[in-house]
Formats: sequence, C-alpha cells, structure tokens
Amino acid sequence: MIDLLIELSKYIYIIMIGMYTYFSFRIFSKRDEDAKNLLCLKQKVLLFLMHFMMNFIIFMKTDSMELIIFYLAQVVFFAALPALYSAIYPKSSKLLVNNMCMLLMIGLVMLSRLDFDKSVRQFEIAVLSGVITMFIPYLIKKLTFLKDLTYFYAGAGIILLAIVFIVGQVTYGAKLSFEIAGVGIQPSEFVKIIYVFFVASMLCKSKEFYQVVQTSIFAGIHVIILVLSKDLGSALIFFIAYLFMLYVATHKILYLGAGTLLGCVAAVGAYFMFNHVRVRVLAFTDPFSVIDNEGYQVTQSLFAIGTGGWFGMGLYQGCPKLIPVVEEDFIFSAISEELGLLFALCVILICLSCFVMFIHIAMQIKDEFHCLCATGLACVVAFQTFLTIGGAVKFIPSTGVTLPLISYGGSSCFSTMIIFAIIQGIYICQKTKTSGKRKKEVS
Amino acid sequence: MKFSSLFHNKKKKSKSGNEEQDYDLYIENYDDYVREDFLVDRKKPNNGKQLMFLTYVFVAVFVAMMGYTVYYQAVKSPEVINSSYNKRQNVLSDKVVRGKILSNKKEVLAETQVAWDGTETRYYPYGDVFAHVVGYSAKGKSGIESNANFTLLRSNAFLLERAKNMLQGEKNIGDNVVTTLDLSLQKTAYNALGNYRGAIIVMEPETGKILTMVSKPDFDPNAMESSWDSLVADTSGESRLLNRATHGVYPPGSTFKIITTLAYIRQNKDINFYQYDCTGSITKDNVTINCYHNSVHGTIDLKTSFAKSCNSSFTNMGLNMDKKKFSKTCNDLLFNQKLSLPFSYKQSSVSISEDSDTDEVMQTAIGQGKTQMTPLHMAMITSAIANKGTLMKPYLVDSVENYEGTVIKEYSPKKSCTIMSDTEAETLKELMRAAVTEGTASKLSTSTYTAYGKTGSAEFNDEKGKSHSWFTGFAEANGKTVVATIIVEGAGSGSECAVPIAGKLFSEYFTNE
Repeated sequence: MIDLLIELSKYIYIIMIGMYTYFSFRIFSKRDEDAKNLLCLKQKVLLFLMHFMMNFIIFMKTDSMELIIFYLAQVVFFAALPALYSAIYPKSSKLLVNNMCMLLMIGLVMLSRLDFDKSVRQFEIAVLSGVITMFIPYLIKKLTFLKDLTYFYAGAGIILLAIVFIVGQVTYGAKLSFEIAGVGIQPSEFVKIIYVFFVASMLCKSKEFYQVVQTSIFAGIHVIILVLSKDLGSALIFFIAYLFMLYVATHKILYLGAGTLLGCVAAVGAYFMFNHVRVRVLAFTDPFSVIDNEGYQVTQSLFAIGTGGWFGMGLYQGCPKLIPVVEEDFIFSAISEELGLLFALCVILICLSCFVMFIHIAMQIKDEFHCLCATGLACVVAFQTFLTIGGAVKFIPSTGVTLPLISYGGSSCFSTMIIFAIIQGIYICQKTKTSGKRKKEVS
Repeated sequence: MKFSSLFHNKKKKSKSGNEEQDYDLYIENYDDYVREDFLVDRKKPNNGKQLMFLTYVFVAVFVAMMGYTVYYQAVKSPEVINSSYNKRQNVLSDKVVRGKILSNKKEVLAETQVAWDGTETRYYPYGDVFAHVVGYSAKGKSGIESNANFTLLRSNAFLLERAKNMLQGEKNIGDNVVTTLDLSLQKTAYNALGNYRGAIIVMEPETGKILTMVSKPDFDPNAMESSWDSLVADTSGESRLLNRATHGVYPPGSTFKIITTLAYIRQNKDINFYQYDCTGSITKDNVTINCYHNSVHGTIDLKTSFAKSCNSSFTNMGLNMDKKKFSKTCNDLLFNQKLSLPFSYKQSSVSISEDSDTDEVMQTAIGQGKTQMTPLHMAMITSAIANKGTLMKPYLVDSVENYEGTVIKEYSPKKSCTIMSDTEAETLKELMRAAVTEGTASKLSTSTYTAYGKTGSAEFNDEKGKSHSWFTGFAEANGKTVVATIIVEGAGSGSECAVPIAGKLFSEYFTNE
C-alpha cells in the first residue's frame, strides 16, 4: 500500500514543483502587484501541500511520533517567516521569501529522510537564523556607514580565514572550520559576505586603476589563503565574484577577460602544483578507472542520478546513503535519485530564479554600493550552486561546496539566509527611497 | 525604455498644459516609472548592460549544466548504472523477479523459478552450453546476466498490473532480454569443440549480431553455489570461468597473415608482381623462420603464399616493409586499441614499431612473437573483410521485451568503423578464397556455400610441434554471409582441426535457414 502511495506521489511532487517553478519565473512578467501576490500565494499553497505529502510518506515509513511534532514545528516556521516578513517589511520581495522557504523545505525533507537528527539540527539553525536575519533589512537601511567600513571588512575577512588556515580542523583534506564552545563554524561562509562588502565599498569609491590594483591585492590574499587551506570551492567562488563585481563596476570587459585568463593559468598551475587538485581532476575525467578510491563519490552520485531516472525511485526507495557526505556536497544526487531528475532540474531552476531576482534588484538600485553588493552576493550564491550541482552530475570536477539552503550545514544555511536578508534589505531600501522621492515630488 | 521616453514626453508636454492632471498621471503610472526611470537617471550607476551580460553568462552556464545532465540521463546513464559497482541493483531485486534471457528464436536460456515459498532459483536449461556468454547470477554475475542486469530487474509490465502487485506487496515480473544467440548453432559449436579447450565465435558480418560464442573448458551455471570454490581456486589451471572468446589472448599464428598481407598491399601498389622463392626456411641476422613442417613451396606469388600459408614468404614481406606503416596498419585494425563493445573484452596487442629488431619483425609477420589477440578481435577483422571493409559493432542483446512479449526496446545494427577500403577487402577476399580452393582450407570446398578463410597453427611455447589450431573465415550462400572464428588449443594445425569445425558450423547455418 505504502509502496503504491510512494510511487504515485513522486509524480505529484514533480507536477507541483513544476508549477511552482513556472510561477517563480512567471512573476517577472507580471507588473501588477495583485497578480504577483496571487502567484506567491499559489506558491505557498504548493509548498505546504508538498511539505505535507512528503512528511506523510516519511511518517508512514518511520512511524516516528517525533516526526509529527517536527513537522508541525516546520509548518509554523514556514507560515510565520513569510508572515513576519510581510508584516515588518511590507515592501519585501515575497518571491525571494517563498524561494528561500521552498529550498529550506526540500532540504529539511531530504535530511529527515536521510538522517533525522541532522534535519532537526538544521531546522534549529534555520529558526535561529530566521529570527536573527529578520533584523538585517532594518540594519541595512539604518547603518548608512556600512559602505565606509572598507578596510575593516578586508581585515576581518583575512584574519578569519588566516585563523582557519592556522588552527583549522581538517575535513576531507581541506581546512574548513574551527570550533567555538563545541560548535563547528565554517568562517569562509561568512567571510564571503563581508568580502563582497569590501569589494563593493572599494569599487564604489573609485574606479581608478590604482584602486583596482589595491582591491585586487586584497581579494587575491583572500583567494590565496583559501587555496592554501585547500578550500578550492570557496577560492573559486571568491575569485568569480570578484571578477564579475569588477566588471560591473568598471564596465571594462578587459578586466573580465584578463581575470578569466589569469584564472585559467592559475588552475593549470594548481593542477601541477597540488596533488589534491590532480586527484579531483582524475576523479572527474575518468572516475570509473579509480572507482574504488578517488572516483567513488562521483560514480556513486552518477549511479544515484542514473538509477533514479527522470521520475525518481520514490522516497525511501533508493540508496542515497551509499554516496559519501550525501547530506552536504551531494544532496542534489539524493534528490535526483528519490524524487527524480525532473524534480532536481526544477530545484536548479528555482535557484536560477533567485539569481535572476537578485540581479533584477541590483538593476533597480541607485546606490552603487548596494548595487555592487547585490551583484556580488548574486554571483556568490549562483556560482556556489553551480559548483555543487555541476560536481554532482560530473559536469565539472567536484569541489566540495554545499548547495545553498538545501545541504546540511549550519554555517552554510545561516550565511545564505543572511545573504537573502541583505538582498531584501537592499530591495526595501530602494523601494522606500523611490517612494520617498515620490512623496517629495507630490508635495 | 519605450515606456519611460513616452512618459518623459508627456512630462515635457505638461509644462505647457495642466500640471495637476499630469501629476495624477504620474502617480497612476508610478510603478512603471519606478521600474523604468533608472535607465535615464543620471545618479544611477549606469551598469544595466553589464548586469545583463552577467545574467546571460550565468544563465548560459546553468542551461549548459542542465543540458549535460539531461544528456547524461538520456544517453549515458543506461550503461553507467549497469556497472557491477552500482549496489542499487540489489534493491531492485527485492521488488522484481529477474527476467528471462532468450535466444534469437525465443528459446529460454536463463529463467528465474519461484518456489511456493517464494525462494528464487536461476535456472539455465542448457547448462554448460551457454555458460560463458549468458553467464551466471549467483556468487556475482557474468556475461549477459551481468551486462543486462539492470534491464532484467526492471519491469515494464502493464501499469495497472504493477500497481496491483505493489498494492498486494507482490513482486513484479522483470523484462526479458532477447539475445542474438542461435540455439542450434551454439549447440553445434559446443559439440564440435568436443573435449578440447578453445573458443568459437560465429557472427553476421552485415549486422554484427553474435550468433554463437563458445568457450571451453566450461562450467555449469546451475551449480555455482557448490562449484564456486573449486572454480575460483582453479588448482588445475584450466581457468574455467574465463570466457576465452572475449578474454583469451592467443598468438594468432598464420591467421595474422591477413594483417601482414593488408599491410603489404597498402605499401606495394602492384602486388601481382610479387614473387618469392621458398626453400623451406628464411634466415636473416641469425634468425631463422621455418615453413610449417619445413615444406618447400618453390617459386610462389602472393596468392599461393597466402593459400599455402608460406612462412618464409610472409617473413620476407615483413622484412621488406616499412615498420612504421606496418605498425599503423595493425593499429587501424584495432590492435593495441579499445574495441568499444557493449560487453567486456581483453585488448589485443602487437609490438611492432620503428624500433623493432629483425627478430621481432620476422616473428610478427607470421603472427608469432609478442603478438596476442582474442578470437573475438579476429572475428571482427574477418567480418569487416566480409562486409566490404566496414566493421559492424558486435552485439549480443537484440531487444528487450516485457514478460508478455511486448517489445520495449530494440537494438539495431550499428556501424563501428571502416577499417579497410572496399578494394582492400576484395583483394583479401580473393586470397582467402584461394586458401579454400587450392590451399590449407580445402576441406571447405563444397557446392552448398562459397567459403573464404585462413588457417593458422600458432606455436604457443618453446615446445616445438605443439600448436593451437586456428581458423577464421566466412561463407556465402543465397545472399547471406556468416563469419566463423575458431581456436582449438594445442590441437595441431588449422587445417586438421579448426577447418572441419568451421565446415560443420557453415552447413548448420545454411541448412537451418
């Protein structure tokens, strides 16, 4: 009986997430606020339906009473977060809040299926982050001096990364985190935000060559520390974000071209200099020749995606746990295996919708600092998504970064929620400014 | 842009008109104004173009990644997930009764029998006959059981029936794999090989369908549980589990002269003038090659050299060839190369190169020395000759159908590559015909079909006088062609042992049709 339910429900999930994804793009072509609100409402309904159905299946499979409580707590959270946002910030973007909830929901459901305790932990962090980040849009508006903290950002970022490099714990060959009071923190997740602030504040002051060189040096220090810590994924994210911010600020395609070229040279250099880079590349080019060792993770991921097929095996019908670190770097493969590649493709599209929304917001902003921040943060989130999914499907070598909001990981979840809140803040700022201007003109 | 310019026009106009009315308009269109005004606002960083470019780059990258994923799922995944490393297959077997493996005429070669208490046993009605090619499915998997594992564990039964089974918690019935294997031909080959060790492959050159694949010594796939330990221990060194047809590497002996001839043809335009005076042996740099049984062939041309399989003449050809070009011809014929087949195999090797010494050249020219090849590879080269130089990709699985016989997927013949030109194939065909009409394969002269071939007696160790008996060739009749490659270990000359087996296979094939 339950097997049949699982079999049928997987098609329904795909239809629902398909509709959700369609709405999240359709919204861009709507100008009328009411029409937008209606679409967002429909999205919310879809979210709760899917959330219920998935948890129902998990409950049928686990018979866990804890799950019911956990489910109800999630319902309260997913209802309260958007409600609070629109109550406190009526001008906030509902689409962004919805997308954030949707990705969080998918992550929590997959984690409940994979490892209940991790799911609970992730949820606790999400709630905490939700409460804390609720203040961020307000702060963005009030703290006008944010753009002047230039060297503070650079200093803080470099010091934090250096601490990890020196005392950090080694996870899967890379130094990523350190522990404070029993809580593991991955500073690079937060440094990437202040790093974007640093670059934005540098470049909004001046775009002279001297300023660009100075910014590049500081950005380079960040990247080099990360490379030395063997955190290649983050190093790439920092590098790409800087390149595009520089391009958007200076309008010079030459910088982008030269930067890309430099990046390629550095990549080739890294290939010859570092063994762990060669290992990653080997696992990418021919994972089946090293299937017992370096290629194990990628091949398991490919097996998962391939075995799941277009429609998936259904929740609990696959073996996602065969993939090492599936909850973190390879959660995309688990989603694809059990919920289907079509579902997984919709997840990619939802992430893309967030990116488009970020840029859409960046385009409307008059304040250059805010504009560059939005651009940089958009690049950070989008490129991180690309790295993790591309690695899972073997489109690019795996770099070991998390899928924003979906993967298990407190720092990652928290920092992504901060990013979403900052973007909301910038969006609200802009809307208030323009309406302020409107009032002035009217009076 | 349009909207804002329109709006600004109105604004300009308003200077002369009613201001209040204009403000109403302004407020009415406020949302559009906010959306569009940044394009003309001086204070706004004018980077819309750059941001659009950035968007395009990221969207393009995402689309490429999604496209790749779709491509992987649609094209590459069936092969990838069939890997024996994919443990997910075990999960499927809890839900599906493994499908059957059928012959080309739908005779059952392997099936799962379910006892009243639900215990499943894999049953192979023909036991040892299909041991290697169909494989086993206990204690691991091999052959088609391994290659088509995933297909056998998928059920494409009628949807409602599957739903009903799921509801009742019963297993669905897996799909059947219809192979290209021909039962009567396989039996003929199996019996013809007798108690000898060796391998036989029969295939259709125009399609690449493998009709027969026999390897001996063999094992009973029904009794894997009990015989596994002794099969793996292999104390007698028989390697019973090894599929000699695909994984056995043998010195090709005189059958390699097909390749030497092709290399010679490619380097010498006018082969009709070739002449050699055979005295029973040839010596250069202190290396001596003898003709089989030291026969003296006298003055012979290329055709006779080939038909009589004159070692001295071919060694002479080898010595007169450019080593680099010889090596290239070998590589063209897929030596030292991947064969890109839908099942596993061992790569053949030949070690001729620019740096080869005289000994190596002389040995290679007659298929001895370090040259090693699989019977499968030999069959592939022969089938290219029979098919005007074009090699069709050999395959074993013809179609997949659900348990009720509805076809789910059909595999059609695929061209692998052209390994020689039409005229080269035609020349080799003439020479192979001569081997039948006036040479070592004369036992194949018959009116029922036209046979072509090359025999070989490959010495496999220093022990003189002991050799593997090879034959590779094809036969044509009634517009149909069939290729047979036979190796009988330690059975002596090709013409004595392998050629009569080929005769049996050809007549079985053509009388059966």
